[in-house]
Amino acid sequence: MSERLSRLMPARLRQLIWPLMALAALLLFNGLFTDGFARVTIRDGHAYGSLVDILKLSSRVMLVSLGMTLVIATAGVDLSVGAVVAIAGSVAARLIVQQQIGLPMALAATSGLCLVLGAWNGTLVGWLGVQPIVATLILMVAGRGIAQLLAGGQIITVESSGFSFIAGGYFLGLPFPVTMVALMLLLTVALTRGTALGLFIEAVGNNETAALFAGVNPCAVKMFAYAFTGLCSGMAGIIEASDIKAADANNAGLYLELDVILAVVIGGTPLNGGRFDLAGSLVGALIIQTLTTTIKMRGVPVEYTLVVKAVVVLVICLAQSPELRKLLLQRRASA
Amino acid sequence: MNSASVISTDEAPLLAVRGVTKIFPGVRALDGVDFTLRRGEIHALMGENGAGKSTLIKVLTGADRRDGGEILFDGCSIDPRSPAEAQRLGISTVYQEVNLIPFLSVAENIYLGRQPMKFGRIDWKQINLRAAAALKHIDVEVDVARPLNSYSPAIQQMVSIARALDIRAKVLVLDEPTSSLDANEVRHLFAVLRRLKAEGLAIIFVSHFLDQVYAISDRFTVLRNGKLIGEYDAAKLPRLELIAKMIGKDLKAVEEMSARRGAEPVRTAHQPFLRVIGLGRRGSMTRFDLTIRAGEVVGLAGLLGSGRTETARLLFGIDRAEEGRMEIDGKLVTLTSPRGAIGRRFGFCPEDRKTQAVIPDLSVRENIVLALQASKGWLRKISTQQQQELVENYIKALGIATPDAERPVKFLSGGNQQKAILARWLASRPRFLILDEPTRGIDVGAKVEIEKLIARLCSEGMAILFISSELEEVVRDSHRVVVLRDRKKVCELTGGQIDLPSIMQAIAARADE
Repeated sequence: MSERLSRLMPARLRQLIWPLMALAALLLFNGLFTDGFARVTIRDGHAYGSLVDILKLSSRVMLVSLGMTLVIATAGVDLSVGAVVAIAGSVAARLIVQQQIGLPMALAATSGLCLVLGAWNGTLVGWLGVQPIVATLILMVAGRGIAQLLAGGQIITVESSGFSFIAGGYFLGLPFPVTMVALMLLLTVALTRGTALGLFIEAVGNNETAALFAGVNPCAVKMFAYAFTGLCSGMAGIIEASDIKAADANNAGLYLELDVILAVVIGGTPLNGGRFDLAGSLVGALIIQTLTTTIKMRGVPVEYTLVVKAVVVLVICLAQSPELRKLLLQRRASA
Repeated sequence: MNSASVISTDEAPLLAVRGVTKIFPGVRALDGVDFTLRRGEIHALMGENGAGKSTLIKVLTGADRRDGGEILFDGCSIDPRSPAEAQRLGISTVYQEVNLIPFLSVAENIYLGRQPMKFGRIDWKQINLRAAAALKHIDVEVDVARPLNSYSPAIQQMVSIARALDIRAKVLVLDEPTSSLDANEVRHLFAVLRRLKAEGLAIIFVSHFLDQVYAISDRFTVLRNGKLIGEYDAAKLPRLELIAKMIGKDLKAVEEMSARRGAEPVRTAHQPFLRVIGLGRRGSMTRFDLTIRAGEVVGLAGLLGSGRTETARLLFGIDRAEEGRMEIDGKLVTLTSPRGAIGRRFGFCPEDRKTQAVIPDLSVRENIVLALQASKGWLRKISTQQQQELVENYIKALGIATPDAERPVKFLSGGNQQKAILARWLASRPRFLILDEPTRGIDVGAKVEIEKLIARLCSEGMAILFISSELEEVVRDSHRVVVLRDRKKVCELTGGQIDLPSIMQAIAARADE
């Protein structure tokens, strides 16, 4: 068994090696040149510091990237995740503040609703054959409007210690969202690798006709991926609302879809579908957040932030491109 | 000489292709091919899959550039670099799939890109008038202002011909123009083609329908494996000889060949596994009956486009039958999807391995277990250890050459990919296996192994439908042979009747006989 493992592991690791190296390089740079970056202090059994902040701040992107990885692996994409985040915030806030139903019920209802919203995307893409970009664009646009209607055009503030704990609380010394990410990662891995679902997703994404002819049901596979992404977005929405103790339908989850897609791509799951790598997507999310934090801590003027981010992302993507590496190697060989 | 329309054979040809060669990586798609087209003739290009027909057309129409040889058009050497350039020269093409713009009007489609202008604006009145006239010329009268997609495929086909002709074409290339037309529409098309021919237009005609080819063509040029086999007068070449030339069999040798019998017929005492009664679908297969018993190989013979793959798709539930019924073990069943068929323990190795069978980035192991896993459902995952044992067994049993089971299947050779797909189906333990061209594009050694495997599987009681364009394989491996022509089942041969000449006779027979 161990021999088999050693034969399998390198291939898995090889996929992850580039995003991991990029993350390590970013951390190393900060550790050496950014004052106070590596410092982690423990107060009341809670860890504080930039590294902890990065974990906490990237939790939303990490959560959603788990679902998005599966959607992208089916050769699709989900643009509606940001809107679903906003809806989740508004719904959770209204249920807690106006309906006065218990916190567990409110969270369960919100998650259930987001699962249904994801299933709506899955129906459009899987059963009706709408292009994924177009299908999810519908909810991306309509969803934010729905969130605004639900909030009645206002920011609903939530005064609930239980609700605030979700983003602000600590568990095992780390911010609670980290626990949520860990649990969702375990669930996703169990669902996809513990069953045959992962194989079906990769088969559908890599060659849908062949998968269909082999007896896989592509509609059901896509339905699962989009519905699961809806659930992940719902949880991210709850974290975001809990963090600011309010539901802000205008800004919650704004442009989140772009960061998430970027995280998945940096993580090594190709946009044209097929093989997927959940761990890679989480590393991708960490890279994006580390970058943002770095830029802030180094005092780069705000107006440069996006440009710097774009340049670093470009470098990471180029480093991952096998074509470019081959080209560079040939250059060196011929020189 | 009092009539300009009299055409003598010694007149300089309109189009002369001399020794044209086209090389794609790994294949010589055209190898020193000659082709001569005269004014006012309909010339059919004939050949089986991979013969080089479409490559020759692409070279003529500028879609591909030749690697050698010469093309003389009206006496001048030409080298069209794009379809537009070929069109300017006077070579127009109407492709198999109508490639016009469905939501534009008929008139706009005819004049797209060369609209008549008046004072710097598009002259709509002119466009509509001229479009109506262009269509009238080929006996079509429709409202040219209505969108193209409001008309039948036959009218759309005529519109693309009208467009092609309006570009002052001297040569009209028709690639499978009749595949979506019914008998009446074909008759209309042919009447138009005959008139255009009388007006001096030279027409290159490509079709899989032998009856139509004989009905309309003056001459044939037969290609095989990228080489010229010959040029013949349609009136002087019997069908059987044409087919012999297309599939590369010397007719004399075929006739003299000692009746090479197929495998022993299976005793009829065996209960039929599958019975199909009057199954059919418009545009796919005309209603047909078929019975397959356990432990029997039924061969499906016919030329390209005769309905072989269509039959397989109907049986496997990929296309839904519009009429007829299907019985398994005497019980009525309806198949609506491949999943349903697999649930009845069917298996299907499709013809196009690359786009329909292989999942390139997944490993050999994953490709093999896929069908079995899909039939078990996502929750009952086959354990890693079971998968590895299963896959190692098939790699050994079928001799799949791969360094290990985890290698992505795309890195394997064609023959080994095919074996992996066979292993996928064998692993799902089917009772009925459809093999569509299982030996296409693989080397001789692998072919022999696959034929041996077919014999072994049926001796173990599997029912097999074997589709191949290599008639010798069909003769060698089948207990029974069903012959298809023009999307119809034309006959069934059993035991001693199975030999090459009988199959070829059946393929060549006229539809009206």
